[in-house]
Amino acid sequence: MSEKMKEVPGIYLRDAELKAEDAITFKWRPNAKYAWSGGIAYSRYLAELKNGRIIGRACRECGRILVPPRMFCDTCFRATDEWVYVKDTGTINTYSVSYLDADANRIKEPILVAVIDLDGASEGIGILHYVDPKVDPKDLHIGMKLKAVWKPEKERIGSVTDIAYFEPLKEG
Amino acid sequence: MMTIKKRVAVIGAGITLFRRRLKETGKELSYHASKMALDSAEMNLSEIESVVMGTAPDAFDGIHMKSENLLDGAGGTGRPYMRPFVGGGTGVFSPIAGWWHVASGLFDTCLVVAEEKMSPVQPHPQTAFRTIWDPFTTRPLHPNLVWIFALEMNRYMTVHNIPKEHIAEVAVKNKGNALDHPSAQLAAKITVEDVMNSETMVWPVQRLDISPPSDGAAALILASEEVAKKYTDSPVWIDGVGWSLDSSYWTNRDLYFPQYVAEAAKMAYKMAKIDDPPKEVSFAEPYDPFTYKELHHMEGLLLAKKGEAPKLTAEGVTQRDGKLPICPSGGLLGVGNPIAAAGLMKCCEAFWQLRNEAGKRQVDGAETGVCQAWGDLMQVGTVTVFRR
Ligand SMILES: [Zn+2]
Repeated sequence: MSEKMKEVPGIYLRDAELKAEDAITFKWRPNAKYAWSGGIAYSRYLAELKNGRIIGRACRECGRILVPPRMFCDTCFRATDEWVYVKDTGTINTYSVSYLDADANRIKEPILVAVIDLDGASEGIGILHYVDPKVDPKDLHIGMKLKAVWKPEKERIGSVTDIAYFEPLKEG
Repeated sequence: MMTIKKRVAVIGAGITLFRRRLKETGKELSYHASKMALDSAEMNLSEIESVVMGTAPDAFDGIHMKSENLLDGAGGTGRPYMRPFVGGGTGVFSPIAGWWHVASGLFDTCLVVAEEKMSPVQPHPQTAFRTIWDPFTTRPLHPNLVWIFALEMNRYMTVHNIPKEHIAEVAVKNKGNALDHPSAQLAAKITVEDVMNSETMVWPVQRLDISPPSDGAAALILASEEVAKKYTDSPVWIDGVGWSLDSSYWTNRDLYFPQYVAEAAKMAYKMAKIDDPPKEVSFAEPYDPFTYKELHHMEGLLLAKKGEAPKLTAEGVTQRDGKLPICPSGGLLGVGNPIAAAGLMKCCEAFWQLRNEAGKRQVDGAETGVCQAWGDLMQVGTVTVFRR
C-alpha cells in the first residue's frame, strides 16, 4: 500500500453476516467418479504391492533405481531399462506428527507420517507412508530404520495401502 | 540466446484489503486492485494493451475456468489476455509473464492482476487441496497439505540443527511489520513464546507458523521504457526474472534446500547483473506462507548460506531496520495469504519501497528488491528483481 493511497478497498464479511445476509450456497454432489488407468509403470507397481513386494525401475545411464517406478528417466530423458525389486525396509528421511485430518479437522490421536528412503533404491529415493500409530512420536527420529507391515494377503487390493504402515525395525 | 527488446518498468500498483472473507466477488476485487493501479499511474484502461491474470486453483472459488470468469474485473475484455499458472508461485510468475509481454516488444503496456477468493470453499480451503495428489501413490494415504510442509520443515531443521525458537522469530517479525500495512489481516504484536505455545497442527508446524486463508487482489501496471517515461519520473525497473520447477516426485528429493528457487534466483540475478546478492540486494520479499519458508527461501535466494538464515533472523539482521530487511510488508504471515494475490502483494511492496512511498514500512536506502514465490508440490520457484 502506498502512503499516497488513503483508502483500501474491500469489505470484511464475518461468518455470521455471510449466513444472515447474502450467502449463496450451491450444494451438489457431482456424479463424477474418476477411473484412472494405472499406466505402464504404476500398474506393475500396484500389482507387486498386492504380492507383498516393492518394485522400481532402473536407468542404466544415470544408474538410478526409481521408486515409484517410471518407464522413462526424467534426467536422461530416455526409456528406463529394467524392473528391480527393492526391500521393504528403509530409513526415515523426514517425518511429521499430524493433528489434522485430510480436511483440516482436528484429531486427538495423531497420524505419524514419514518419507522413508527404501533400502535397495538409490540414495534419497523415498516414499511417503504412515508410521505405526502405536509408536510414541517422541521416539521417532530422522535416520531411524523401519520395516513395512503388510496387510494380510486376502485384504490387499493393489494399492499403496496394502502396506498398513512402517514400524521400527527390531535390531538383529 | 536471449534478446530483450525493451526494458520494462512498473509504473503503478494497487491492492485491496486481505481478509478471511471479503464481501466483494472475485471480479469486484480484481476491479478495485486494477483501478487503484491505473489511478496511481494516472492511466485509463484504454491505454492498456494486454492483460495477465494470475489466480491459483479453480477449486477455491468453485468456478472452473476462473480466469475467464474474472476477465471483466481485470480489464481484459476485448484485449490479449492470459492466465499463467504455477500454483502458489503464480503471484510472482504473473509479473514475469507481464514482463515478457513488454520485453518482447509485442506490447508497450500490460496490466498484471492477481486475485484469490479462498473463502467460498466449505468448510475449509484445505478440502480443495485433496485433488492435487497423485491418485496412485499418494491420494490413498489421505494426506493433508500441511503434512508435506511439516515434513520439509523437519528435514530443514534437523539437517541444520535449527532451534524452533529461531524459526518462530519470523512470525514475530512479520506480524509486527504488518501492523504498518493497511491491507493486513493478521497484524499483531506477539512473542516467540506465543508461537512456541500455539496449538500444534502438524508437528513441527504450529498455529502461529502458518499464514491464514484469505480473500484479496493486487495489481501492477507494466510499461516499456519509452512509454513509462511519459507517465512517471520514477519508474521501478524489472531488471531480472527467473523461474524453475523441480520434480513432482517430492519424496525423491532432499527437501532441506529448495534447489529450484536457487535456479530461478541465479537466472534472475544473471539478467540483473547481480554477482553478490547479500550485498547488492537492499531488501527481499521471499514467500512466507510458513515461518520456516521465509528462511528456506532466503537460502534458496542465495541471500544467506545454507542453514544460516535462522541465525541472521535471531540476530535481527532481517528486521526492517536491519542490514538485510526481509518481508518489510509483513509478508503472508502478517498481511495474509490470498495465494496469487499474496505473491503479487510482494511485488507491489517492492514498487512502493523503491518509490519511497511505503510510509511507516519504508526501508532506508532501498535500491534493489527481490520478490519470490513458491508452490505446487514444493517444486516451483519464481523470482523477480526490481530496481529504482
Ligand atoms: Zn537416467
